[in-house]
Amino acid sequence: MAAKDYIRERFFPHLWCPGCGHGTVLNALLRAVESLGIGKNEIVMVSGIGCSSRISGYLDFHTLHTLHGRALAFATGVKLSRPELNLIVPMGDGDALAIGGNHFIHAARRNIDITALVLNNRIYGMTGGQYSPLSGAGVLATTAPYRNIDRSFDVIKIAEAAGATFVARSTTYHARELAKIIKQAIEHKGFSLVEVMSQCPTYFGRKNQQGGALEMLQLFKEQTASIGSKAMQEHPEIIGRGVFVNKKAPEYCQEYEAIVARATSA
Amino acid sequence: MAGVNKTVAGVNKFVQGNEACVEGALYAGLTFFAGYPITPSSEIAELLSVRLPKNRCCFIQMEDEIASICAIIGASLAGNKVMTATSGPGFSLMQEGLGYGIMAEVPCVIVNVMRGGPSTGLPTGPSQGDVNQARWGTHGDHAIVALTASNHQDIFHITVEAFNIAETYRTPVVLLFDEVLGHMRERIVVPKPGELPLVDRLKTEVKQGVDYHPYLPREDGRLPMSDFGGVHRYNVTGLFHDMWGFPTNSPQVVHGLLRHLTDKIENNINAITHYKEHCLDDAEVVMISYGSSARSALHVVANRRSRGERIGLLELQTLWPFPAELVREKCAQAKRVVVVEMNMGQILGAVKQAVAKPDRVTLANRIDGQFITPTDIRNILRLIQGRGV
Repeated sequence: MAAKDYIRERFFPHLWCPGCGHGTVLNALLRAVESLGIGKNEIVMVSGIGCSSRISGYLDFHTLHTLHGRALAFATGVKLSRPELNLIVPMGDGDALAIGGNHFIHAARRNIDITALVLNNRIYGMTGGQYSPLSGAGVLATTAPYRNIDRSFDVIKIAEAAGATFVARSTTYHARELAKIIKQAIEHKGFSLVEVMSQCPTYFGRKNQQGGALEMLQLFKEQTASIGSKAMQEHPEIIGRGVFVNKKAPEYCQEYEAIVARATSA
Repeated sequence: MAGVNKTVAGVNKFVQGNEACVEGALYAGLTFFAGYPITPSSEIAELLSVRLPKNRCCFIQMEDEIASICAIIGASLAGNKVMTATSGPGFSLMQEGLGYGIMAEVPCVIVNVMRGGPSTGLPTGPSQGDVNQARWGTHGDHAIVALTASNHQDIFHITVEAFNIAETYRTPVVLLFDEVLGHMRERIVVPKPGELPLVDRLKTEVKQGVDYHPYLPREDGRLPMSDFGGVHRYNVTGLFHDMWGFPTNSPQVVHGLLRHLTDKIENNINAITHYKEHCLDDAEVVMISYGSSARSALHVVANRRSRGERIGLLELQTLWPFPAELVREKCAQAKRVVVVEMNMGQILGAVKQAVAKPDRVTLANRIDGQFITPTDIRNILRLIQGRGV
């Protein structure tokens, strides 16, 4: 099946701004799904609210477009009901880590077999460029006209500390690497988190004089390196890319089967 | 998990109201529960954590009430009959998800065992202060179904009915109980399977490869569903949407959907309305009550009737949509209408709007976290009648 067979073509062109990175994430995601050969009826995509959440509408899976921050809670209900289905949850940085922060850490803690993608453009795009918990101090935003004083989260560290058993990061510049990482994340049995650094030239780039999409992509190239690489050792300020955590631990739905076994044998 | 629920029929049990609700839910075919601990509803979660896994069904304790209602909506779309249970503060958190369930037309049952409020209020004290929150707690125009009962056998039956209404109209249904009902113990008999009618999930008969419209009502108004993971892939959203479930701003579609969401409840008010009446035929004083308050009102009726007073009780089990015509009809001959409730007059307002002579309607209430007793009601009646306490 070609990647275009996974999309709902009648909804294109999409609503994202010219130069937005989210289309690249959609592309990488479809390549991952295609290479895994998963049937369209076997995927449930659950999204929240924001630019990133609109991915679900464009894809020909079972799609559940939910409430701001709550995607993982809805996804937990679907997954526990039908553990054989593949749950993919694209979220924005504000969606997943601000309003949805509690659901994020608890889904990771349960190690429920859901693939969470955080499309991190460091800004609330849909509402017009306000700062998010991943903007970081010093950033300009429509609600930070004198520069942001809020420190930012490290999604990778939060996910690992909360109990996610697959944790990775890539960028929209590294689209092929991203597709491979998403593929690994979907294959992983347990809660997997992929942070994708995605450019928002309309708000983040413009407000912070980073130029257009091309210049922002260039920054992703310059400011990141594969973890364990020589560049990372020489320049510790560089942002690491790759798989940070990949381990086995009891998965929630399987553990629930164990509860059922104990309850029914009692 | 695709379990099937088994209930023990014909069993004579001495249970809390919360357990009567659990038995009713299991009888109705509950297969998925998500919740968060909160007094005075926690027994519902505790009991279901025992019962559901035995039936190979799902129980999950979520991180908060927001997540609980979201999880049951997800589980309902995957084919389960679902429920969550909470009390006032948790019900406040659930308002967002409740609105989603209304908009996306997802069958689910939300139990609110009411306590005193606002805020943390009186966790172990009875109140009926969430009646209007059940009606208008979530934002935007919408219809809602809210049911209650005054004794444990009725709690069992109305819980079954809540599931039936949720499935019939593809809508969330709120069960409003209170601390007295939840914790008091009373006898119930679990009916035999088949004794009470059950409405199962209406599944679409549209074949694979044929265009399926999840949001196109049939001629009878019902919308057949297709479970996530099935052969039909469609979209579910809290945005205004077309018959495929895809977002739209079309004024025509928006208008049509909002009308549909409201009309499917309001136009079926007769089928949704449940009530009981006691000695209303010649009543000069009509009391209107519901939930545990109705127990005291009923006691007053029995007591005063034995002394020859023409007094009766209309006990509402359906609070929303408000059965205004029924109330108007039952109060037509009344010289005095007394609304008995444990709040500052939340159903009183609806009654005043419904009856021909609102100036004859009085409130008999209690708002101090104590159960309203027959003596409380009798004293208020004496005052109304000019006889002093």
